[in-house]
Amino acid sequence: MLAGFFLKLKEAKIPVSIKEYLTLMEGMKQGVISPSIEDFYYLSRMTLVKDEANYDKFDKAFGAFFHGVETLVGAQIDLPLEWLLKQAELHLSPEEKAAIEGMGGWEKLMETLKQRLEEQKERHQGGNKMIGTAGTSPFGAFGYNPEGVRIGQKKSRNRSAVKVWDQREYRNLDDKIELGTRNLKIALRRLRRFAREGAPDELDLDGTINRTAKNAGYLDIAMRPERRNTVKVLMFLDIGGSMDDHIKLCEELFSASKTEFKHLEYFYFHNCLYDYVWKDNKRRREERTRTWDILHKYSHDYKIIFVGDASMSPYEILEPGGSVEYHNDEAGKVWMQRMLDVYHKAIWLNPEPEEVWSYRQSTQIIKEVMGNRMFPTTIGGIERAMRALNK
Amino acid sequence: MRFQGSSTYVATDDLMLAVNAAVTLERPLLVKGEPGTGKTKLAEEVASALGMPLLEWHVKSTTKAQQGLYEYDAVSRLRDSQLGDQRVKDISNYIVKGTLWQAFSYDKPVVLLIDEVDKADIEFPNDLLRELDRMEFFVYETRELVKAKHRPIVFITSNNEKELPDAFLRRCFFHYIRFPDKETMEKIVEVHYPGIKQTLLREALRTFFEVREVPGLKKKPSTSELLDWLKLLLAEDIPPDALRSQDNKKIIPPLHGALLKNEQDVHLFEKLVFMTRQSRN
Repeated sequence: MLAGFFLKLKEAKIPVSIKEYLTLMEGMKQGVISPSIEDFYYLSRMTLVKDEANYDKFDKAFGAFFHGVETLVGAQIDLPLEWLLKQAELHLSPEEKAAIEGMGGWEKLMETLKQRLEEQKERHQGGNKMIGTAGTSPFGAFGYNPEGVRIGQKKSRNRSAVKVWDQREYRNLDDKIELGTRNLKIALRRLRRFAREGAPDELDLDGTINRTAKNAGYLDIAMRPERRNTVKVLMFLDIGGSMDDHIKLCEELFSASKTEFKHLEYFYFHNCLYDYVWKDNKRRREERTRTWDILHKYSHDYKIIFVGDASMSPYEILEPGGSVEYHNDEAGKVWMQRMLDVYHKAIWLNPEPEEVWSYRQSTQIIKEVMGNRMFPTTIGGIERAMRALNK
Repeated sequence: MRFQGSSTYVATDDLMLAVNAAVTLERPLLVKGEPGTGKTKLAEEVASALGMPLLEWHVKSTTKAQQGLYEYDAVSRLRDSQLGDQRVKDISNYIVKGTLWQAFSYDKPVVLLIDEVDKADIEFPNDLLRELDRMEFFVYETRELVKAKHRPIVFITSNNEKELPDAFLRRCFFHYIRFPDKETMEKIVEVHYPGIKQTLLREALRTFFEVREVPGLKKKPSTSELLDWLKLLLAEDIPPDALRSQDNKKIIPPLHGALLKNEQDVHLFEKLVFMTRQSRN
């Protein structure tokens, strides 16, 4: 049975190994947990999952595999009646109380509720949809949501465990989803790691002493790589229209990373790169920088990051005069290509979900121009992007 | 020998289970979580609860795995050789024991804390695989095998700055300390400031969780910041209604410096509070 569970986790793409599985078995054998499914959930999670990004996947797999099991472990539903009464009295208006009386009073109501729960257990084990969605039932009307009824969780722990994985509280730690504030921070650390590499040209004093000593006092110099932060980055952010929601996120991401880079320059563009870019969006008409100047000013070892959703009409990329801002003499694609010819390390970050890219022709064109180096702004995506930049 | 939290540390059920499983099965426990959720404190509390000595190894960006085992002090030996010291003939005089060696050579089980393992070089965890798995290592200079008399209880904390290698993770148990919910938080505060005025606590917690909800904060205030803030509130004897104040002039909770640690966050917070107040009026 547990081997099936193990395979289920593998299926869910959680990196589990046989060694960890054996450790779990050892734990079960040693009896470190009480025989309850909740404890088993925690033990299996701590032995098999080593990254909180995978917690959500684990919760789902666990829920799927043990669906229905929890009802086997002697789950009867405990209703702390007194508590409920008190709670209800606090919240109910006199009219509502009268309505309850009209239905035969509290006892009756409770009985119906219990009956409902029984019925539902027979129909689909462990689920609680019926009560949850039965908005017209007395339970809905009087705020008996199942959570409330089961607040006496401490009494029936088997049930409370179901909640732990059903709630899927670790969802926002999954690295497939978009960047949140916390995820953003972690993504930043990816950048830091990539910013830390440098050339080996520093005197290793300890090593020199060590080797000199071993060499019977004759000087023997050791060198080691220096931790340097020489990464230079040029960013181009698409602004205006469809990108406005995303751009704030990206700005946050990279302004926070500013301390990590010695050289970080950013410019704005609209939809596609043309003859001009600008630094201050409010004064985009007055203060523009010629793209030619950028190509000449920044040396070719700068890394280029474009941020944009690449959603536009294909003409805006392929044809002269396609820009929505002004009349451009040369097509966006030409400018993109010029940029890529000078700077070999370039990527495009696309805040749109990767699945929809293939439905937009312009996204496909840009992706092609970029030589497939387009990545989503998820943690996984940023990581891949940084790897591509580092290559 | 079971860890159940202590009078100064509130451990949730899953955390207790993780600690006890790690103790029983003698595996290192890797603890992750937001800064300020008590990762380092956990090791101290487990040590005092189980009555074991605590050895700490704080990892920095320059720390090498070797330093935890032992270091060969070549410079002293070089100097001694020039001074004609007799000690120079025995190399073991120049072997300085590291934290791991100390933990291995104790006569009773100890708690070993490897703090902030992610700060070190990427290769650092890989260099400790055998040491943590078999609890032994070899001293090349003296050709001696050091084996742990008792397997220490190892806690490793990480702030997620670097990813840890799979081989290393496979040898550890893993626990992610979630940010405490309101109930747990009340317990934590009660443990630290017993008898704190209920109203003050309620208002403070409400404000605290509100501040945490503010989107875009660079550093969300954590448990340790809340505790500091409460300490200040108590010291200044701030009345609870000062926290509830809806007055536009006092839009910021008093002594917020303890909660928000950088200027941009304070600025952002002020702006947001001001905006909501405006829209309410």
